[in-house]
Amino acid sequence: MSKFTFLKSDRSNIQLVLITGTFLITISILDVFLNSFFRLNLISFLPSKVSFLTPFIIGMIGLNLIRIEFSGNRFLDTLNKNINTSNFNAALTLLIIFVIFKAIPPSLSWMILDANISGDTKEACTGTGACWTYIKVWFRRFMYGMYPNEQHWRINTAFLLVIGLGTFGLFATEKMKKFLALYYVVIYPIIAFLIIYYLISGGYFGLEWIETGAWGGLSLTFIVSFFCLIFCFPLGMILALGRRSNLPAVRYISIGYIEFWRGVPLITVLFMSSVMFPMFLPEDFFMDKLVRVIIAITLFEGAYCAEVIRGGLQSLPRGQYDAAKSLGMGYWKMHIFVILPQALKLVIPGICNTFLALVKDTPLIFVVGLAELAGMLALAKTNPKWLGFAMEGYIFAAIIFWIICYAMSKYSYNLEEKYKTDR
Amino acid sequence: MSEAIIKIQNMNKWFGDFQVLKDINLEVEKNKKIVVCGPSGSGKSTLIRCINRLEEHQKGSIVVDGTELSENTKNIEQIRAEVGMVFQQFNLFPHLSILDNCTLAPIWVRKMPKKQAQELAMQQLEKVQISDQAQKFPGQLSGGQQQRCAIARALCMEPKIMLFDEPTSALDPEMIKEVLDAMVNLAKGGMTMIVVTHEMGFAKEVADEVIFMDEGMIVEKAETKEFFANPKSERTKLFLSQIL
Repeated sequence: MSKFTFLKSDRSNIQLVLITGTFLITISILDVFLNSFFRLNLISFLPSKVSFLTPFIIGMIGLNLIRIEFSGNRFLDTLNKNINTSNFNAALTLLIIFVIFKAIPPSLSWMILDANISGDTKEACTGTGACWTYIKVWFRRFMYGMYPNEQHWRINTAFLLVIGLGTFGLFATEKMKKFLALYYVVIYPIIAFLIIYYLISGGYFGLEWIETGAWGGLSLTFIVSFFCLIFCFPLGMILALGRRSNLPAVRYISIGYIEFWRGVPLITVLFMSSVMFPMFLPEDFFMDKLVRVIIAITLFEGAYCAEVIRGGLQSLPRGQYDAAKSLGMGYWKMHIFVILPQALKLVIPGICNTFLALVKDTPLIFVVGLAELAGMLALAKTNPKWLGFAMEGYIFAAIIFWIICYAMSKYSYNLEEKYKTDR
Repeated sequence: MSEAIIKIQNMNKWFGDFQVLKDINLEVEKNKKIVVCGPSGSGKSTLIRCINRLEEHQKGSIVVDGTELSENTKNIEQIRAEVGMVFQQFNLFPHLSILDNCTLAPIWVRKMPKKQAQELAMQQLEKVQISDQAQKFPGQLSGGQQQRCAIARALCMEPKIMLFDEPTSALDPEMIKEVLDAMVNLAKGGMTMIVVTHEMGFAKEVADEVIFMDEGMIVEKAETKEFFANPKSERTKLFLSQIL
């Protein structure tokens, strides 16, 4: 190998290899950059196939050259430790940089540079990029569905009220803290339901009655997710405890319930709730379609929650049960004060997972005729005046869903941090 | 003073087909300190776990403080409130501070006002010398401190009987002493205690009686001095020769 020693990098020839290596890497990345952003090809004099691979090869040689252990240069050491540990990792690093450079210009020009947002008809979209005019024109529909425009303040007020009441726990005094769990599990859902029922549905206090079929858009996504989340959690908790109960009847009912709901697809459950279920009800009994859908999703997701919570219960050491029992606590006291607080803390990531899945499952209610955000998109894209803008719509929905879900997962991280007591 | 507070008669217990306890007869008088020793797997822990029914016995009877242990859950909860227990693995509640660990049961089981419970807890923590750690969480304490906190937690229920299930077995040697000191102090205060332990020094110092168990049976039961001076059974002699 002696004839390759001039290529061997170590601390003695550090200046030389560093300059050469950096130069080669810069050339390699610059070539791809110019190629993709400005359609220039620095090495066009080479045959096309060679020219295609050249930046990669040059970059690899450069990265290989600067791979010096303990070089004494902090920046270089960090670089080598993290992205340049071996030839394979160096190749991955280069490829990722190239892919990013290749992907940015087209998506940037489609989404922003060549896009249109002015005007309010399809004809305003003259560019080759995205037509954000479509989103702008349909924005209210995407947010509120078919709900009459002049009544939108009712939805806004209802949401503000519900959110306001939800922050109650932050202001509770020491004395009221005892009742917080009761408030959030029982009282808050009832109040929220009443607010949404009277304010959004109307029919009382001189408010025009608006049937749930007209509700839609993002606000419906929120309503469905909100109620399903707050109801499925206590349901899951009860089922999880039931499945671990010593009483055979309770245990088998819980197992049966969980296995049944986990075994059927959500879409059939939704169909059943809207098509089959009313047939079993007495003639004069009426239950709104939206309520039926919320109940169906709650029952469905409750089973998933139950299994997640059961996982948490099972991971607690037996000693915790022994200690609680030895202090004279009965079943409920033991679970409320000792077991559940610890188990629920452990399952925060799992519960968050389930809840995210729930939020993203809500578009399925489109199959029973309720058009929440994704449903409204499906309606809008088939509107004859606005054909051909499905892409813009779905990107818009993806961004909204991503924001919601990211906020939820961030919140769950915060909770984890807040309740971390082991060291 | 000679009234028996714990009376165990012909008690038998099986784990599946395996008989862990065979015909146990035991009476513990009030204010007496009993040390239970024996090789591992001899049923010592199971015996004291039966006394507050963390394990169910299948045959015979156990009467604690005049109440027989049976299926009746109300009775059991009442007895457990009167019988404190300290475990080998401490079993503190990791999500609660040391103070909350101690006040939880007095507040919710004894229905004590919060303020009073906190005062009581601070007194008990003072006795085991960790009152300065009251606001910390169990995970921040050393093993010895955790075990002393566990003792304080049990004492906050003001129990009539204290059970110790190998309280020093999970501790580093240098921490054993601080826990034993706390137990000796408790013994001097006149508590009725049943202690499963391998610490023979502790047995000699505080025990009124020593029980030696092997293979689920009580092999020997004698006054402490007698037990160490002239053990009667061969098995006991063998055990003592290995452990001392």
